[in-house]
Amino acid sequence: MNLKKSPVAVVDGADANSPAGSTTDMTTTIHVSVSPHIRAGETTATIMRDVVIALVPACAMGIYAFGLRALWVILTCVLTCVATEFVYQKLMKLPLTVSDLSAVVTGMILAVNMPAGIPLWMPALGSVFAILIVKQLFGGLGQNIMNPALAARCFLLISFASAMTSFPETVRTLFEGNTLSGATPLAAIKAGASIDWFQMIFNTHSGCIGEASVIAILVGAVYLLARRVITIHIPGLYILSTVGFVCLIHLVMGTADTLSVNYLVAQVCGGGLLLGAFFMANDYVTCPITPLGQVIYAVLLGLLTALFRVVGSSSEGVSYAIIIGNLFVPLMERVTVPRPFGMVRKKRKG
Amino acid sequence: MNTRTFKRGIHPAGHKELAADSPIRLVHATGQAVYPLSQHIGAPAVAIVAPGERVLAGQKIAEAGGFVSAPIYSAVSGTVSAIGPHMNASGETVPCITIDTDGLDQWVNPAWDPAGEGAYTGEAVEALVRNTPEEALTPEAIRGAVREAGIVGLGGAGFPAAVKLTPKAPEAIDYLIVNGAECEPYLTCDYRLMLERAEALLAGCRWILRLFPKAKCVLAVEDNKPDAILHLTELVKASGDGRLSVCPLRAKYPQGGERMLIAAVTGRRLNASLLPADKGCIVMNVSSVIASFFAIACGRPLTHRIMTVTGDSVSTPCNLEVPVGMSYREVLEAAGGYARQPKKVITGGPMMGTALFSLDIPVTKTSASILALSEDPVAIHDTTPCVHCGKCLRACPERLVPQLLAAAADRDEFDTFEKYGGMECIECGSCAYVCPAKRHLVQSMRYGKRKTGEIIRARRAKEAAETAKGGTVAGGKGGKTP
Repeated sequence: MNLKKSPVAVVDGADANSPAGSTTDMTTTIHVSVSPHIRAGETTATIMRDVVIALVPACAMGIYAFGLRALWVILTCVLTCVATEFVYQKLMKLPLTVSDLSAVVTGMILAVNMPAGIPLWMPALGSVFAILIVKQLFGGLGQNIMNPALAARCFLLISFASAMTSFPETVRTLFEGNTLSGATPLAAIKAGASIDWFQMIFNTHSGCIGEASVIAILVGAVYLLARRVITIHIPGLYILSTVGFVCLIHLVMGTADTLSVNYLVAQVCGGGLLLGAFFMANDYVTCPITPLGQVIYAVLLGLLTALFRVVGSSSEGVSYAIIIGNLFVPLMERVTVPRPFGMVRKKRKG
Repeated sequence: MNTRTFKRGIHPAGHKELAADSPIRLVHATGQAVYPLSQHIGAPAVAIVAPGERVLAGQKIAEAGGFVSAPIYSAVSGTVSAIGPHMNASGETVPCITIDTDGLDQWVNPAWDPAGEGAYTGEAVEALVRNTPEEALTPEAIRGAVREAGIVGLGGAGFPAAVKLTPKAPEAIDYLIVNGAECEPYLTCDYRLMLERAEALLAGCRWILRLFPKAKCVLAVEDNKPDAILHLTELVKASGDGRLSVCPLRAKYPQGGERMLIAAVTGRRLNASLLPADKGCIVMNVSSVIASFFAIACGRPLTHRIMTVTGDSVSTPCNLEVPVGMSYREVLEAAGGYARQPKKVITGGPMMGTALFSLDIPVTKTSASILALSEDPVAIHDTTPCVHCGKCLRACPERLVPQLLAAAADRDEFDTFEKYGGMECIECGSCAYVCPAKRHLVQSMRYGKRKTGEIIRARRAKEAAETAKGGTVAGGKGGKTP
């Protein structure tokens, strides 16, 4: 018997039916399959649904802060992603996987990484790039080597740098404060300004659609943690190591005087770090699953992010850090496969 | 309660309430009784009866076929009608002894009849203990009695108990772990035994401890069976035997797996190439200990076992004491048949059991249950591509990366499979249970293990041949010495 094929065999008219003496006459089919015979209720679609739910607060606060314009960007991304996947699979005569909601998630993640004022054809183009080039051409769900949304964002950043980095002023803030209009907090502190940490965390501020409110991002993150869709390891370590490397680089460069609570809070909350850490760095497909691999990956992301932000010319660095990190994932996993339970460490020869 | 456990694992829904409150009920065989000659690990038994011969209940019908083997006894009286092929639970056709039951239930020794009133009460056990002479309790006599009774690991593995009780260095054994974890959902047979036959269980433990002078006996029970823990704790206290103790374990699957159980109780870790005895442990299932007690006390052979008949398709879920050899169909009838049409019928637990396509198979020493489910959760969901979520890795009690190994097996990359520890897989099914993509990981792992095992055996045979030929064999690349 070929063990690799036909996981569930349906036996017609099988005689495991009712034994004589039983009251009802039963002559339907029973299933035969390899154990286990029970499965957890969670499916890929329920996981994707949870991610969508977790992104709703960030999107809602984006619409609140930047106006209806943000809603159009979000809708454009989601609809284009879903349509691209649908059309591609139809044309290629592949099984339709739109119902697993992964295209919706890609669309939402791309959208929260867009400035609200962008011409709508750009997010549409990015969505097509994400689904068609990064996801489907590599083999579809589970096969992409980079996070599709982030790869598309980087593609747009390179192609349309000014449109992708001109952030509109917030049309509403949660409460009055000295939030800077126009510039993102991260760009502001890079230019030497200081933003009150309380304002930074609790008020809305400029940036990409999803970056408007720190609290909204954290609400989504807590939801994903509570639902056990994600674990804290990669996001937590990524944020910690970013802060650590930012401090370290400033110390090495002799600019330790710029370090302050306001500066570090802005580093964590002012740009794409929180969104990246909780929704993109730990994207299942493109992060390591081995425990040690996750540590190496998160620390690498932190190092790259800190380098890009402090040494690089741009104030942001999360997207590039993550897609570069993505590329090292297969290698990291290969060398960090855990030693099986009960195996003793092999002694080196010689 | 201070509970112990192992790392990783899963928490499937228990469903034990279906049959947990149903006391063990004895079932009588009426039709044919069928005895596969191989119902244990090791060499098949050798038939010592001929067609046409009349046999009594409790009569030996097949002799052990080697050291690692076990004799087989008839649970019924009747006439041997055939010795030939018959289908077993996994659908294979295997050599079997078939006996036409005469319904008289005539026993070789009436004391062995499980129908005897009050055979398992505290007083009956006490009387047996009192009446057992000291010469029946020497290590040789105990091993001999267990061996002669045909007792095998009744938890499901079917390893001959006497072999297990004969480690190279008995004085190096410091733990006798009695496995009452019963971590598989739905199953309640060990639970009922711990409630109803605890006296025999403890007496059996104390006798088996005579084999291992330095050992202490730990009764390991999951904390989803608090009344069993309480009952055993009280009896242990009453016995005043300091070598016995009850160890509550956290309810988690696969807590009853041998390596997980040893890790939880002792902190010691075993891999696939080690036996529990290599780490100073002997692990026995509760029902094996109880069977050993009666074998030592009165020479009673293993003729019956406890089965849980349960699932939402069974009209009255219950725990039955079933003659080995009886057909599953009769066992199900004894439980009242189906209440509704099952989609899936399983023998064993839902995590590691075998799906049946026929009920015309015999109960063997290791048959733990009939589980009939009206829904098949495996068929409800389609398999989707792996999203690399890592949940399998976080569930695997063997600390493997099932996703990586299953993919390697699917691609026939058996060197990768071996390199990353695929042969350590215990097929507990935790990975497939949690997989959100509903991938059939255990199926891939089994395929990988079977193929890789063939390759490893061929390599070892080749190495052995080369050693025998010339003598100068280097410890070749990756070559492990067994």
